[in-house]
Amino acid sequence: MIDSFYRIFALIRKELLAILKDPKSRVTVFVPPILQCLIFGYAASYDLNHVPYVVLDRDHSGASRALIATIDRNGAFDRVATLQKTSEIPDQITEKRAAVAVVIDRDFERQLMAGKTAKIQVIADGRNTNTAGTAQGYLNTITADFAKKWRDENGFSEKPGVQVITRAWYNPNLETRWNMIPSLIGTITMMMTMILTAMSVAREREAGTFEQLLVTPYRPYEIMIGKALPSMLVGLIQATSILLVAQLWFRIPFAGSYFVLYLNLIEFLAASVGIGLFISSISKNMQQAMIGSVIVMMPFMLMSGLTTPIMNMPDVLQYLTYLNPLRYAISMTRQIYLEAAGISQLLPEMLALLAIAAVTLPIAAWMFRNRLA
Amino acid sequence: MIREQLAKRRQSIRRVVALTRKETWQILRDPSAIAIGVILPLLMLILFGYGLSFDIKNLPVAVVVEHSSEDTTSAVSALRLSRYFVVHPAGTMADAEVMMSKQKVHAILRFPPNFSRDVAKGDATLLVAVNATDANTARIASTYVKGAISTWQARDAKDGSPMPEMPNVAIENRMWFNDANQSQWFLVPGVIVLVMTLIGALLTSLVIAREWERGTFEALFATPVRPGEILLSKTIPYFVMGMIGLALSVIGSQLLFGVPLRGSLWLLVVVSSLYLLVALGIGLVISSVTKSQFLANQITFLVTFLPATMLSGFIFDIRSMPVGPQVVTQIFPARYFVSSLQTLFLAGDVWAVIIPDAAVLALMATVLMAIAIKSTRKRIE
Repeated sequence: MIDSFYRIFALIRKELLAILKDPKSRVTVFVPPILQCLIFGYAASYDLNHVPYVVLDRDHSGASRALIATIDRNGAFDRVATLQKTSEIPDQITEKRAAVAVVIDRDFERQLMAGKTAKIQVIADGRNTNTAGTAQGYLNTITADFAKKWRDENGFSEKPGVQVITRAWYNPNLETRWNMIPSLIGTITMMMTMILTAMSVAREREAGTFEQLLVTPYRPYEIMIGKALPSMLVGLIQATSILLVAQLWFRIPFAGSYFVLYLNLIEFLAASVGIGLFISSISKNMQQAMIGSVIVMMPFMLMSGLTTPIMNMPDVLQYLTYLNPLRYAISMTRQIYLEAAGISQLLPEMLALLAIAAVTLPIAAWMFRNRLA
Repeated sequence: MIREQLAKRRQSIRRVVALTRKETWQILRDPSAIAIGVILPLLMLILFGYGLSFDIKNLPVAVVVEHSSEDTTSAVSALRLSRYFVVHPAGTMADAEVMMSKQKVHAILRFPPNFSRDVAKGDATLLVAVNATDANTARIASTYVKGAISTWQARDAKDGSPMPEMPNVAIENRMWFNDANQSQWFLVPGVIVLVMTLIGALLTSLVIAREWERGTFEALFATPVRPGEILLSKTIPYFVMGMIGLALSVIGSQLLFGVPLRGSLWLLVVVSSLYLLVALGIGLVISSVTKSQFLANQITFLVTFLPATMLSGFIFDIRSMPVGPQVVTQIFPARYFVSSLQTLFLAGDVWAVIIPDAAVLALMATVLMAIAIKSTRKRIE
């Protein structure tokens, strides 16, 4: 038993040395997570900011100018040109000078004065369907606000109707960044640790030192632990650095408990490293390990709820996401970070991650011994 | 004299052909290379096409009715009929909060006790709480709730007289290039850029770094082969692989999702070739600088794959980013490729977009290849 500890300890030391002794490798392990977190924190957002738009005002009335001023003030759109003719619109959109064109009809003000519905036309560049849809949504809200204000100012008394008062829990200003950055803790560490683990075993296989390891008194599970723990440790350090960036740089308040977060992270990293070890155990060389990791990582990232919610997916794909450790990691980091979730709330996620780790790690250990053909 | 040069050239071609053949065999022998060239594009097409969707449907919401009346019943059934919501009735607000924390529902709609009376008076309130741990979904959800309630009110509310028409503004929405608002149409360029990046940069950097690691590069230096010939024979097979990936993505996207190719095919091939050359150049430079598979893999992943996913504009629109990240995106080749791809597929041959993009890619390819040739000089350290 004690011997076993010593052996595992020696292996862990050797692994950490292999990762940390080379300055280039040290940099590639610890700097990228912070850089990625910073860049993605700013870049990865569905909120519209300063999107270029053009306007064609055919009414030239007080009301149409007020509407344009309302759009300009909103901040989501930047007016890059004021057009005179309809024929100018196609070039503006097609050549990407503007993402949206707003056309105000000739009798805009007259319709409003007559108590009718005035029309505007919104043309969006559908090459980026997502931006186009979001922009149309923003403009809907802006014009609805404008119409309400116009009615108030021009003496159209109205029955107020049902007022819907919305409160956004856990993220009061509805900032994408607040859910994106906590989600990156799982995404970045998984990507890095899975590849790190898969490549480290594959490297030894290519160099032939893995076979040497197998003829030593090491038992397969000891090798497995010796390979898994250093990667998990690196993953925890990376997670901590992202957590620091989230709080110190982006100032996203951490609502939950660090103990619960780290407990879950350890479980999640065990599951990711287990998958990495499993990939490495079926790879002959580093090329196969790398390609294997990419082919596994890609669906994990896309089907995790990071970029689009899981509930929008077709049922079959939704069931498949139950096998995806990143899905649980993202859901639990958001819950801990923003909702201050405790262990009882997170039980489903924790059990699922435990199950994934409990399947992949032993299989990898078994494969180490038995794949050696 | 001329004959001598011709003979030299012929020998050079022979050497390139021989090395290319060796490289091709090496690719074909390892099933993982086929996996990345053939399986990956198809897998990504399917995942992108069916998996990534921003359209909310069946959003689970809890509804708390504190005093049941004709109005609340008809409002709730209006919500039930909407395809956006799945209604879970909750007895009290506390119950609803538990459902929210268990992630069973994403929003709570609360009808206050005097809702019905207030509707008749004309100043009722409906309280909505959305779980904003997913801000985008929360925003869409609250818009949909407002929409459903105002539709219900206009049609079914028991508020006495029907509302007279009020001055209002209606928007007629048009989405150019993608009238039916199909998100698959805009995600296909993403598949192509990722496939090209993986094959061009990641795979190539690994393969060349392996030769450095094993010393077979030094062995090649001892032969009459020149550095340019080595690089040429390394790029040709991966270039062909990348083009196969492109063909699969284009054919797959047409068959599965009916994505139109409105621009010309030859232009698509030219722009893709340029990007592929840039990716290959990055792979060659990184591998000859690091000379280690492990490092080459980590660095290539960082400078090509991640920017291609997050900073290329295929998911997150560059125009919405703050100035700093916008400048950063200009360093990476992926944004120029994605912009050209989106235009070629959906808009057509828009020269004002494609010429600048292609020029930047061509410049990047030239510089990278020059650096690659320089750093592959016959030098043994």
